[in-house]
Amino acid sequence: MKKIYAFESECLGCRLCEVYCKTAHSKSKDIIKAHKQENITSAIIIEEILQPKAVSYFALQCRHCASPKCVKACISGAMHKDEKGIVHNDKKRCVSCMSCVLVCPFGAVKKSSDGKAVSKCDLCMDYGKSLCVENCPNNAIKLLNEDEAEVLK
Amino acid sequence: MSLDFNSPEFEVIRDEKKCIQCQVCVRQCSNKVHLYDEEDNVVRADDIKCVNCHRCVVLCPTKALVMKKYPLEFKENANWTAAALKEIYKQSQTGGVLLSSMGNPKPFPIYWDKMLLNASQVTNPSIDPLREPMETKVMIGRKPEKLEFDAKGKLVTNVPPQVELSIPIMFSAMSYGSISRNAHESLARAATELGICYNTGEGGLNRDFYKYGKNTIVQVASGRFGVHKEYLNAGAAIEIKIGQGAKPGIGGHLPGKKVGEDVSATRMIPVGSDAISPAPHHDIYSIEDLRQLIFSLKEVTDYKKPVFVKIAAVHNSAAIASGIVRAGADAIVIDGFRGGTGAAPTRVRDNVGIPIELALAAIDQRLREEEIRNEVSLIIAGSIRNSADIVKAVALGADAVYIGSAAVIALGCHLCRSCSTGKCNWGIATQEPELVKRLNPDIMYRRLVNLVSAWNHEIQELLGGMGINAIDSLRGNRLMLRGIDLNEKELEILGIKYAGE
Repeated sequence: MKKIYAFESECLGCRLCEVYCKTAHSKSKDIIKAHKQENITSAIIIEEILQPKAVSYFALQCRHCASPKCVKACISGAMHKDEKGIVHNDKKRCVSCMSCVLVCPFGAVKKSSDGKAVSKCDLCMDYGKSLCVENCPNNAIKLLNEDEAEVLK
Repeated sequence: MSLDFNSPEFEVIRDEKKCIQCQVCVRQCSNKVHLYDEEDNVVRADDIKCVNCHRCVVLCPTKALVMKKYPLEFKENANWTAAALKEIYKQSQTGGVLLSSMGNPKPFPIYWDKMLLNASQVTNPSIDPLREPMETKVMIGRKPEKLEFDAKGKLVTNVPPQVELSIPIMFSAMSYGSISRNAHESLARAATELGICYNTGEGGLNRDFYKYGKNTIVQVASGRFGVHKEYLNAGAAIEIKIGQGAKPGIGGHLPGKKVGEDVSATRMIPVGSDAISPAPHHDIYSIEDLRQLIFSLKEVTDYKKPVFVKIAAVHNSAAIASGIVRAGADAIVIDGFRGGTGAAPTRVRDNVGIPIELALAAIDQRLREEEIRNEVSLIIAGSIRNSADIVKAVALGADAVYIGSAAVIALGCHLCRSCSTGKCNWGIATQEPELVKRLNPDIMYRRLVNLVSAWNHEIQELLGGMGINAIDSLRGNRLMLRGIDLNEKELEILGIKYAGE
C-alpha cells in the first residue's frame, strides 16, 4: 500500500500542502471558496523545529499504522482500516468522542474545526490523486510503498 | 541620517478577492516583503523591500499576486531619468560604489537579432533531422595542421588533447560560493547526462563533485582559490580566467558571509573571510607570462588536458587572441559585455567591454588571416539566449558556446538581479541553507537537460534547413548569414552581406 511520506531534507515549510489538503477535503473543492467560506482542518501539518543552524520542517500526517490505535480506540466504529490498508474515518458514524485524537501516537488525528468529527489523511481517495503530493513545489511529499520509502530515507 | 530618499521599485498588488491568507508568500520571501496581520486577518506588503523575483507570484496557490513598476513618477526629463536620480540618492546615502548583478541591461544593439539565417530552396535539398543523421558533436582543442597516416592507414600524427562535447554548449563558470551547492550539483549532473561540460568557476571543486570530473572544466583565476594538483587533474580541461564579460579589468569579491565551512574547505580559505580575486593575475603581465602559466598547467597535468584562456571582449580582443594562441592555449573563451555576474560595479558592467558578436567576428577573422585558426578552438559567452544565437555564433566562427544566464534561468532565476544580496529566493545565488534547499537538484538538473536537449533539436532543425548535416560544416560559414538594419562598418566587421545581397 502506498502512503504519504514527507522528507525533511526537501521540505521548505511553505505549507502549500496544507492549502491543498484543505481544498481536497472541502465541499466546494475550490481553493478560494474552501478557505473563505468553509472551515476545514488540514490533515497534514508542517511543524517548525528550530535547529542549531537553521529551521527544519517536519510534516505531521497519518502513518496508516499496521495496527492503528485510533481504530482500536474508536467507540462507534467510524475509524476503520479498509481492505487496502487505508485508515479513515466515516464521518457519518463519528460521534466526536475524540478518543482517536487522544491515542494517536503521532498527533496525526485532529479535531476538525467544526468540532463535529475528526479529520485525518485519507490519501485523497475521492480525488484519485493526493493533492499535497501533486502540489509540493520541491517534491518533498511523495506517495510511496514502504520499501520505496526505505530506500529514500 | 533622518531622511531616506529611496522609493520602491515595485508595487506588490494583492487581489483581496483571491488571497486566502495562507501566508505562503510570507514564508517564502527572504526579503520579508509580506507580513501577516493577525488582528485584521490580512497579508500586507512592504513594497520597498521587493526585488521582483516572482518567488511569491509563482508559489501563490490562488495567483493573487502581481508585481508592478512602482507608479511614482518624477517630473519628466529625458536627461535626468528616474534611474539616474535614484542612483544618486543611493550613493549620496551610502558613499559606496553601486553594485549590480547579472548582465548589462542597457539598450545596446543586439547583433544576434540583426543577423538572419539562410535556408535551402530548390537548388539544394534541406535535411530533415528526424529522418536523417545530424551531427552536433564538437571537439574542443588545438587541431594539427594535417593528419598523417602510415602505410596501414593508422594515424601517426600526435593529436593534441581534446574535449568532446555532444552538443556545442557548456555551462559557464559560476563558482561554488557565488552559486549554491545544489545549483552546482544540478549543473554537474546535467552536464554529465548531456555529454557536455560545466565549469567550476574560480571557487575550486568540492571533493563530492570529483565524480563528475569528465564533464568538468576546472578554472584557475587570479585568486587561485582551491587550486592544487588534484583539482587540476580532476577535470576534462583547465581554464585560465583572465577576464569576465560583465566586469572586464575587475577582479572578484565573495563576501565573507557566504564563506561557510563547505565553501571555505573548497576554496582553501578561512571560514568567514572575504575571498578577493585581484584584478590581474599577479604573475601575468605579458603574453610570455601567460605562456608560462599555460605550460605550468600542462606540465602538472602531463599534457593530457587542453588549457583554455578566457578573456572579456574588449577593444583589442583580436590582437590579444592572436597572442593567446601563440602562448599555447588550446581554446580561447571570449566573454561579451552582456555576460552575467553575481556582482559587479554597475558603472563597469554597463560601460566596459564590447558586444560578443563583433568580438567573435573580429577574432575569427584575425586568426584566419594569420593562419592560426586551426590551432585553437573559439568558445563564446555573454548572453546566449536561444538556439538561434548559437547557430549564428557558429556561423560567425565559434566552436562552442557557454551559457550561464540561460542555465540559471532554467533553474528558476527570474533575473531580479539581486544576486549580490545573498538572499536568492530561488536557492541559486545564496549560501543560506534554508534557501539553498529550495533548489532541489533532482528536479532542477532535469530542467537543464530539457533546455539543452530542446536547443539541440532546434540547432538540428536550423542546420537541416540550410542543407547542412554537421555543425562542423557551418563553422565560419558566414555566407549563411545576412545582416539587417546594420551599417557598412558593422557588416564589414561581422564579415557578412546585407539581406538581399
